[in-house]
Amino acid sequence: MEHSRQLGYMKRSLFDQGYLDEQFYQLEELQDEASPNFVEEVVALFFKDSLRLMSNIDQALEKHPRDFHRLDSLMHQLKGSVSSIGALRMKNECTLFKEHCDEQNIEGCQRSFQKVKREHAALRQKLETYFQLLRQAGPAEKATRSGV
Amino acid sequence: MRDQFPVGMRVLAVDDDPTCLKLLEVLLLRCKYHVTTTNQAVTALKLLRENKDKFDLVISDVHMPDMDGFKLLELVGLEMDLPVIMLSANGETKAVMKGITHGACDYLLKPVRIEELKNIWQHVVRRRKFDRVDADDDYERLQGANCALGHCQVSDGSAELAGRSTRKRKDQIDEDDDDNNIDCENDNAQENEDQDPSSQKKARVVWSVELHRKFVAAVNQLGIDKAVPKKILDLMNVEKLTRENVATAFGVRDPSYLHMGALDGFSNYQSLAPASAHLPALTSFQPSGLLNRTNPARLGLPGLSPAGIVPVGCIQNNAISNPIDNLGNLSKFQCITENQHGNLLQGVPSTLELDQLQQSKRVQEANNGFPNGFSGNGLASASCSTPFINTTNNPLLSQSQTQLFQSRGLGSHSSMGFPLINSESSQGTLRVASSNLSFNHDNLSNIGNNFSTVSHIENNPISISASSLLGGSPYDSMAGRNLQNDSSFLGGNMIHSHVTIDEKPKILNFGAAGSFKQKTEELKQGLKNEANQVFSAFAGASQPTSHIIDPNPINRLEKSNINGNTDMGLFGQASISAPVLPPRYRIDNKPTTDGQLNFKDEFLLGSSRLQGGFTSNGCNFDDLVSSMIKPLAFVATHDVQSNFVRILEQERDDLMFVDGDIGCDFYPLGACI
Repeated sequence: MEHSRQLGYMKRSLFDQGYLDEQFYQLEELQDEASPNFVEEVVALFFKDSLRLMSNIDQALEKHPRDFHRLDSLMHQLKGSVSSIGALRMKNECTLFKEHCDEQNIEGCQRSFQKVKREHAALRQKLETYFQLLRQAGPAEKATRSGV
Repeated sequence: MRDQFPVGMRVLAVDDDPTCLKLLEVLLLRCKYHVTTTNQAVTALKLLRENKDKFDLVISDVHMPDMDGFKLLELVGLEMDLPVIMLSANGETKAVMKGITHGACDYLLKPVRIEELKNIWQHVVRRRKFDRVDADDDYERLQGANCALGHCQVSDGSAELAGRSTRKRKDQIDEDDDDNNIDCENDNAQENEDQDPSSQKKARVVWSVELHRKFVAAVNQLGIDKAVPKKILDLMNVEKLTRENVATAFGVRDPSYLHMGALDGFSNYQSLAPASAHLPALTSFQPSGLLNRTNPARLGLPGLSPAGIVPVGCIQNNAISNPIDNLGNLSKFQCITENQHGNLLQGVPSTLELDQLQQSKRVQEANNGFPNGFSGNGLASASCSTPFINTTNNPLLSQSQTQLFQSRGLGSHSSMGFPLINSESSQGTLRVASSNLSFNHDNLSNIGNNFSTVSHIENNPISISASSLLGGSPYDSMAGRNLQNDSSFLGGNMIHSHVTIDEKPKILNFGAAGSFKQKTEELKQGLKNEANQVFSAFAGASQPTSHIIDPNPINRLEKSNINGNTDMGLFGQASISAPVLPPRYRIDNKPTTDGQLNFKDEFLLGSSRLQGGFTSNGCNFDDLVSSMIKPLAFVATHDVQSNFVRILEQERDDLMFVDGDIGCDFYPLGACI
């Protein structure tokens, strides 16, 4: 019960604060008996893969001369998976980064990317907590949709 | 398909991003599809190639490290003919456009929603149905045309190929072809890789005499019914030659291009230039054939004419769509004509041109409606299949016209200024329009500009590059555009050949560029005259004995036509508006039995009998005139200039000028690819 309430609260807050968007609901919709931990699996996959992508971007940002095309391309890849899990805030920062790339504004890119990383870290922390709660909660609670 | 379709529809999902791929997999499973995933495009291709029947649909991300999604899309479409859906986080219009133009049957934005995936099965059904219908239509058309031409046999192979439609091969295609084609398709894909996407489909192969010879040899060796592009390609063993090129030569890509028939036309053409037996060199073209219907034997192409397997030049794959495109094709097409031939082509358009002629003839036969110049008949097939200089009879002409002109595009054009190729032997003025191979279809105005004269007319084979013929701007009804290019008339680009004219070359001026416009009426009027003249010019150009056009008309033409318009360059004769070829073509100084040379017919069509790709065969002048309005005669441009000059100098004026929109109407002058 308590878990359930906490879960509900947490989820609501994640949405309210813009960490997550509608897409996250879609993920939850896909979870069923066949894939009982689907959401958690996908999210885990995301965080792992995104580290790799972000590392690539870090390296590209250090390179001289700046290759904005590559930066944009790398970010495009990151953005794809970011939007797939519904990480809204992070996605917005990715968009800003791309804009800076278009403008060939390296400083803008660097600043923006810092934000991307921050959002990434923040979301990760929150979702880890969320899934922990979810695991602790019983099946009945897990089945509860957000907005409990 | 399973009974429960779309349940169990087999999807191959490709995405390098593991998160997205996982999500996609689950989404597809939720839709009750059968899903196979891979994060590498190359793996996907491998899976598909192993057994293309294992999947019904492919969904792929656009952005992948090992292979561009569009590339995968193309390959899958070409090789397996499966529907491909693109996925991307990039929803910009141009990105979506790119997907669609590359053949994606849908373009979904990430993150993809299940609702969208629930509907993707429609693409599978749609494609199946559409393919069938499409193929059938093509096939029927092809069959019909071929049969009409009496080349049903030939059509078998091509029909099949044509049946494929330009889109992709269907599963129905027999395994053999599929297998054969796969590699070629790859080659094509590879080849296209470096090309600008918009021009990807254009083959850059110049169909030279050599190629043509090889092609013919390969076809003969394989036998008509076994002559599939892939095998031909193998036999030809030409680097960089793609299956598409070969297929195009068959005209298969363009079902309307009937192609084989054209060969016959060629023989006529060849016969036109009877005297000289110079045609020899052209193994595959029989320019004379075009000219002279009565002398099919002339057809120099052994085995070619009957089979009609003349590769019309390398028509580009997708030439179909636009007549202008055809022009482009033409540009690529090089027609080498022997000088001696005198025929319009000044020799034999050894390359496609001859074929064109032949084809045009056939087409003409098959396609009588040459209403606006060209009907969609095979020859003309949208893709300008090869413009050929076809001075043969009407049928040929119309055929060529049809060929050259895409019905939609060409028809609207009136005569094409067709520079008569005047192979004045001494002329150094003819410059081969080599520079302009890159015919810009879209810019018909190039015609004039592009027309480059061909030099060395003398004793040089005329290579007419289709493009040059088309040269450039299409003429609107006889108006003819200004052929900017002074030298090249019509298409200087097109003609690359050196027209060698032993005799005073007559320049057939087809489609005098530009200035024709004003002279539309005149042209019409003069068409008849011109036709004669042109014809003679045409004939004259090539060789002493050949094409001698009745002096009278020529003279008349000369007077009336040769205005020496500067803007027209050599050719700019407005008067020549009409079909280029004069109705009478005299060979060996004798009037042809055919009544004037088929040129007449061709002239009507305004086809290029000239030198290169002109087909005019015995059309009667009246017809010619009327048809001139639209079509254009396309004239071997390069030679035009020199020819033109010659014409002016000549007493007879063979100037045949076809005014018109060359652009589209270009004809079978060899396919210009």
